[in-house]
Formats: sequence, C-alpha cells, structure tokens
Amino acid sequence: MSTANTTNRQPRTMFEKVWQNHVVAEPAGEPTIIYIDLQLVHEVTSPQAFDGLRLAGRKLRRADRHIATVDHNVPTTSVQDRLVIADQISAAQVNALRKNCAEFGVEFFDVQDANQGIVHMIGPELGATKPGMTIVCGDSHTSTHGAFGALAFGIGTSEVEHVMATQTLPQSKPKTFRINVEGALPYGVTAKDIILDIIGRIGTDGATGYVIEYSGSAIRALSMEGRMTICNMSIEAGARAGMIAPDETTFAYLKGRRFAPKDEAWDRAVEHWRSLVTDRDATFDRELNIDATKLVPTVTWGTSPGMVTTIDGTVPSPEDAKSDADKKSFTRALEYMDLKPGTKLEDIKVDAVFLGSCTNARIEDLRAAAKVVRGHHVATTVRAMVVPGSQKVKHQAEEEGLDLVFKSAGFEWREPGCSMCLGMNPDILQPGERCASTSNRNFEGRQGRGGRTHLLSPEMAAAAAITGHLTDIRKWKHEHAEDFNANQILAPGGSR
Amino acid sequence: MQPINILTSTAVPLPLPNIDTDQIIPKQFLKRIERTGYGDFLFYDWRYNLDIPDHVEPRRDFVLNKPEYKGSEILIAERNFGCGSSREHAAWAINQYGFRAVIAPSFADIFFSNAGKNGIILAPLTDAEVETLIQRSTANPKHLITINLEAQTVIDDEGFNAHFDMDPFRKYCLLNGLDDIGLTLRHEDDLNNFESKHDNEFWSKPKANEAA
Repeated sequence: MSTANTTNRQPRTMFEKVWQNHVVAEPAGEPTIIYIDLQLVHEVTSPQAFDGLRLAGRKLRRADRHIATVDHNVPTTSVQDRLVIADQISAAQVNALRKNCAEFGVEFFDVQDANQGIVHMIGPELGATKPGMTIVCGDSHTSTHGAFGALAFGIGTSEVEHVMATQTLPQSKPKTFRINVEGALPYGVTAKDIILDIIGRIGTDGATGYVIEYSGSAIRALSMEGRMTICNMSIEAGARAGMIAPDETTFAYLKGRRFAPKDEAWDRAVEHWRSLVTDRDATFDRELNIDATKLVPTVTWGTSPGMVTTIDGTVPSPEDAKSDADKKSFTRALEYMDLKPGTKLEDIKVDAVFLGSCTNARIEDLRAAAKVVRGHHVATTVRAMVVPGSQKVKHQAEEEGLDLVFKSAGFEWREPGCSMCLGMNPDILQPGERCASTSNRNFEGRQGRGGRTHLLSPEMAAAAAITGHLTDIRKWKHEHAEDFNANQILAPGGSR
Repeated sequence: MQPINILTSTAVPLPLPNIDTDQIIPKQFLKRIERTGYGDFLFYDWRYNLDIPDHVEPRRDFVLNKPEYKGSEILIAERNFGCGSSREHAAWAINQYGFRAVIAPSFADIFFSNAGKNGIILAPLTDAEVETLIQRSTANPKHLITINLEAQTVIDDEGFNAHFDMDPFRKYCLLNGLDDIGLTLRHEDDLNNFESKHDNEFWSKPKANEAA
C-alpha cells in the first residue's frame, strides 16, 4: 500500500507519485494507460458517450466509480422552473441523463436533490474527491479537484466514453511545473487574485503540457475553498491539471464527509495521503516564484483570462503587447469590450454582477461577498445575482442568513447551477452589457452574445454591484472600515 | 473514424491567436444530445449577423462565407488554437463543416486530444511558417496546400516545405482510423490485475465510506 511509495528512493513530485500509483500498462511506443478512480458526469458532455456505449454494445465497466448531476443548463430562477424546464432541448438533455443513469446504474443527484450542484462543487462536498485519486469529467474545470492533491483533468466526450468502457485513459505523461507563492497576502487580495495574476504572467498557453503544483506559504495558508479557486483556473493557463499538496486543512475539510473513510480506515488514509507530498529533492521541469506580499487585486480587462491588470491600473494599449499577435488580440479585445486604452479600471461601469460558478460559489465566497454587501444597496443601474454553487452551499448560506443580506441589498438569490458562467441556461447577458463576474472565462460571448465580462474576486464583484463600477476593495474596506469590521456575519444558527 | 493520410486542399486563413472553443461552437448548441449536425454552427457568432431578432444572416466579410473558400478542408490559425472548454462539439463542428486538418503554431491540450479522436490532423508549424501560409491563402484563395501525415510534411507548389512533429501512436491511429477503446481493451488482463489490487487500496475508492 502506501509503503510501496517509499521503497522507491528516487525523489519524486506529488504528481509523479499519483501517476505511478495509477499505471495500468505502459505499452511500448504508445501512451501510458492510466486508471481513473472517479468520473464525474453531467448532462452536456455525456449523452453522446452513453450512446456510444450502446451502439458498440459495451457495458459501463464501473458504475460505482461514476457520480452524476445536472448543472450546466438547469434554470436557476425557481424550483418550479427546474422541475419543468421550459426549453425543450435542455429538458431533453436533462432527461437523457436521468434515463442513462438509471439504465447504466450511475448514482445521480437530480435537480432538487440535497446533493445537487455544480459537478466540481459536489465531488469535494461529498468527500468523493480525495487526495491521490485520478479524477476526470467532461468539463475543463475538473482541475478544481487538484486542490486535494488529486490528479484531475477535463476530457472530451470520446474520452468520457473511453472511461465508461474501460475505467482508464491512454495518456501521454505531462511535464511538471511548480509555482511557489510565498508570503502573506496583502489586505483585499484573495485566491482569485493569485490565479489571475499567474495567468497574466504566464499567458493562457503558459502551462500547456504541464501539471502545475502550487506551493509556498501563501498557498498553504489558504482554505480548501481558496485552493479550489486556484486549481479551478489552472486550465485557463493551459495546464493539464493543477495540484496542491494535502495537509491538515485538507484532512479537516474531508473528515466526516459522506464518502470519506471512517475510523481506522481514516487513519490509514491520512497516513497514505501524507506520503503523497513532493519529496524534498524532487525536481520540476519548470519553476516560477511569486512574492505574495506584492500582489494587488486583479481584474481582466479583455477577452482572454490572461488579459489582466491590477484594479489600481488602467486599460492597456495595444502598444503594451509583447508580440504582434498579442497586439492584434489587444486591438480586437478593446473593440469588443468597448474600452479605450488609459481608462482607469475603477472608472469602468458595470450593468450586471454575477456571483457564482465553480470558481467562486462556495460558502466562503458568499460570506466574503456578504460582508461587503451588508448595509448597502445594489446600484440602481446594476442587475446583480448570487447563484450558490450547490444545494449544500445554498442551504448553509440560508442558515447563516446570507440570503437575507443579499436579497435586502437587491441581489437576486438563485437556485444552484453553472448559470451565467457560460449562459447555457436562460441566465445570459444582453449584447453590449458589461458584467463583473466571479467566474473563469471572459471570452467573447461567453456570458451571452455580445456580453462583456470582467473577471474578479467575490469581494470585488460585491463592491462593484454597490458602486456600479469596478471598485478597489482595499479602498472600499478602508472607507467602510467601521461597519465592515462590525459586520460580522452570523455564525450558523447564531443571532445578530 | 475515417483513416487519413495525404490531404491536398485550399486553406481558410483565420489569423487570430487563442481561438477558444466558445468561438468555435457557442454554448447554445451544446444542449443537443446528438453527435452530428454541428457543421452549420461552426464559428456561429462570427459567421452570422444575429443583431436582427429571429433573423440569421451570413456576414459577408467573414472568411467562411466567402465563396472562394468554399470546400476548403484545411484551417490555418495562430497560436493556442482550441483553448478553453473541453467541449468535443468543437472538434465535431470543425470536422462536420468539412475541415480535415488545422495548421497552427500550437494547440490547447484538451482540444488536441479531441481532434485526434475525430480523425482531424493537427499540424503544428512555427509562427513564421504559419504566417507564410496565411499570407499565401489570403492573397490567393485557390492556393493549394498538401499535408502528408505519413511524412509529417506540409508543402505547396511555391516551394513551401515544412515538417511537423507528431506523436507516433497518434499518427498510427489517424492513418488507420482506429478507435482507441478497442486498443485499450488489448490490455484487459493488465487492467483486471491492476483493478483487483487497486480496489483494495483506500486511496482509490470514490465512495470509501459506503464501501467500508
């Protein structure tokens, strides 16, 4: 068992250990066949895979290693709208998943199940996501699960079918990339700002072909929620996966969850998980060091997650681009975003605010945003919504009274799902609308055709909702220090 | 999957970097449960003027709508083609539109994998080589390019001759049109052996608690 890991004296990275634990076969001249411990399934990328199995007369090899839910195209407006989905094509897709899960014996968390939620929220919540596992899903943000020290990556539908049929995937071995973030985060700087800064530095293809391991004191100091935010956006830097070493924070999060080991099995599991961390002398193919103390709250200005600037900065000019190709992208992005170089970020007005997505819709995100919102009201020019990432988060937030904070401030309080992160359901921007969003992609049309997206942290999204423009959370906190500090969010079941 | 080796065709230049899968196929077409019928939706928001409600009109200035590029089987773009979402619908749309190959300086990871599963050749060339081909196909839409998968070359009749890298196994699968579930199942004994051991190890159980 875990001792098998320690007999090998060659120092290894965490990725290397997890990889080696899952090698099924290494056929000469072919990719390695890797065992997949868990496949997460949702309605959008699975119907063609189930059909493929049926057409080929193949079985789902390990139904017990699959978990399914609906998230991408379910409406978030009301329970009733979810139970009877008006959009017939969406309804057919949700129904297809229901039928497929019943036929193939996959555990399915339906639209109003207490465990329903964005697929990358529910894996960790159930304790199905654990250190050292290999996890895949037909969704690029599967990298989220790497926050637990799992090797987790997004795949296409043909690969989804491959995993269904064989519980394996042929994989070429990625290279390793350590990003070391050292020091204490300054006031107002969050996990979201760390990852936006990283993508801005290395570019949206900066980590293509690599698995990133995030390390350093700033990463260790983060909660699991913050770590998930960082790993979630690894794909936005092109990485195959992002990983963070499991530690006491990880174990404390997992203990007692539905699919976590119990009693003596828990102790053995923790012992094994501790052995997964990168050996002291292990080497990486590439390394990057970041001084956390120098970070500033960061926002995207353009149409790619790498087009970032600090909140105290200005919209760049195409002349600032590093290459001719970038110059062309900058020009196009400025036109799409309807922005002029030199405009102060804080002067950019927004029409909509979206607090949600697998990047930032966990309880900690909602607490942080509620702290900013309490005692204020959404600007009259802004439409703002909170879409909790899962039923569990929604329930927890309601127990803590956060829903009331948001609702009384003029936010819409929605049912869980992917919602306006990708606008597959009715939650979309209108052409020309500008949105401050806690999601992960600011591509052209991502949140609705012609919509303009600025990615930022939950706190900054909340502040933008109130002021009506992008807002430096450091100044906000300073200006509202009194009520901000007094505004302690209620403890579960507590009173005001 | 259809085998492919030598492809001679005109090429459609799309000189932008970081073309993401949301552009290749927008979200509204991801609700379909079929695997076919995506070709008409390729580059939908770029290809059609949708500003008039309930009216879809091809944008005449978009390259795919120019008659001189009709029937082309090669797409040329700049670096990091296919970044973003894992949607295989992007590869389906490219393939079903009629493209059999994409030439670019680099490709995003998941798209790269999806393209391979759909018999699409992805030929990575240098920035300068891609630039040359873009110029030639822009200046002359009838400009013919030949991709030879076996030889891993891209040539034209104006003296362009470039070599591209490709993983030998990926090449073998493309040349032979192989479905890789079947290939993996050649190792079923290894899989059974691995699984019987792995199943007893606590780290591998998604549902450890219920199984205990």
